[in-house]
Amino acid sequence: MYPFRFSKADDERSALSAGVSGARYIAGGTTLIDLMRETVERPEALVDINALPYRHIDLQPSQLRVGALVRMSELAAHPGVREQFPVIAQSLELSASAQIRNMASIGGNLMQRPRCLYFRDVSAACNRRNPGSGCAAIGGRNRTHAILGTSDACVATHPSDLAVALVALDAEVLTRDRDGESRIRASDFFRQPGSTPDQEHSLGRGALITAVEVPIVPELRRSGYLKVRDRESFEFAIASAAVALDVVAGTVRAARVAVGGVATVPWRLPAVEQALVGRIASADLWRTAASHAADGAKPLTENGFKVELIKRTVERQLAAVAGLP
Amino acid sequence: MVDINRRTFVGASIAVGGAVATVPLIAGCGDEQKADTSTSSLVRMRINGEAREIAVDNRTSLLDMLRERAGLTGTKKGCDQGACGACTILLDGQRVNSCLTLAVMHDGAEITTIEGLERNGRLHPLQQAFVDEDAFQCGYCTAGQIMSGVGCINEGHTGSPAEIREWMSGNICRCGAYTNIVTAVAHAARNT
Repeated sequence: MYPFRFSKADDERSALSAGVSGARYIAGGTTLIDLMRETVERPEALVDINALPYRHIDLQPSQLRVGALVRMSELAAHPGVREQFPVIAQSLELSASAQIRNMASIGGNLMQRPRCLYFRDVSAACNRRNPGSGCAAIGGRNRTHAILGTSDACVATHPSDLAVALVALDAEVLTRDRDGESRIRASDFFRQPGSTPDQEHSLGRGALITAVEVPIVPELRRSGYLKVRDRESFEFAIASAAVALDVVAGTVRAARVAVGGVATVPWRLPAVEQALVGRIASADLWRTAASHAADGAKPLTENGFKVELIKRTVERQLAAVAGLP
Repeated sequence: MVDINRRTFVGASIAVGGAVATVPLIAGCGDEQKADTSTSSLVRMRINGEAREIAVDNRTSLLDMLRERAGLTGTKKGCDQGACGACTILLDGQRVNSCLTLAVMHDGAEITTIEGLERNGRLHPLQQAFVDEDAFQCGYCTAGQIMSGVGCINEGHTGSPAEIREWMSGNICRCGAYTNIVTAVAHAARNT
């Protein structure tokens, strides 16, 4: 790890002032410190933002607002979130370990960097870490990599489970910079790699995430998250599905479906949603709709299995969520 | 007879070394030097009930501070990247991986390590359960398992063996003592 200066921000003004001058924000630190130790991240200054007033969970009749510094374990344990947003609580409890969930913040979860082994290995070519150096994963070990949203420059998956649920639910990310507050749709927050994989999100330089807002919609009557992994716990997704369904009198009135573990960003599936709406709930419908889950997929040398796996993951989770009371 | 075991020797050596090493670092934090240009800091914590004041390089993880500066080598370094749980401690009452956080971030914190679990010479119920249930082989992961188990019990996630396995999944045991670890956590949960 390289040396760095450290300060604690007492308020937004001092945090933003440090951020604009290049300091990196640190909250839980579970990603940043790990990557600093690998020298993937080399900040000259860190500013600790844990004293900022972003630690509240506010559940209103029309929406859920989660402060950026709420810990993963706190949000997952919130009784109202467990009752009304099972897909969010499940995505969190299927993430990482109990220890990491006690440390990691919601804002930091969205700012996670890829788990691609070549990104983490500073001796390997990686356009995300070192733009223009190439991508060692495309011709290398890419079993865990993406089949959707990839480019010639990068094929790393987005590691967050929570973000998949948030994109499914049309959440918004609230941000603050020195010019004031902004809102970014979660689906616009994460950037596909294209030719600039080092630009992972649409947060401006020195801007802070202050909160995440999730609207309460009829689809939330039934929701859930399924995560398929190489081991049963404490592992990143090989394929995952966030599903929310509004089923009335046996007919699907509205549907939200997003997938993780297979794409460079949390990946919404509008074709699957359209295939569901207005149709009678049945095992056939789940299979037919889920057959669109890998539309546009470009498998790599070792991850062709994900094409079938993501379809089956979506099908299984549609059936599971539809079958909820 | 003077009984000096390896742990006592290592711990004492580190404590002395730490005291010597603090001198230049504290000098580096002097008034004449602006805090925001320094790469070291002074942190005050309560560790196992004892107030401590330790000068650390900003890069020092909480784990390295505990082991190498506070002389508390019970907390183990396994992977040093948050994947094994050997470094688990209680930070303000919550189980965390001490390798994934910086000491400098925790000025004013209350820390409990494996050395702080016993009361009046009696083992914590979960320490005793690990002995009774033979819940370890080589022992390297044990301190982290026990601290994580204490957190797991406090959080109330001990309703079934399956629930314990899921909520203890952040602690890896390469000897494979999992079966007895789950039994030990379940027994201690019933007795606390």
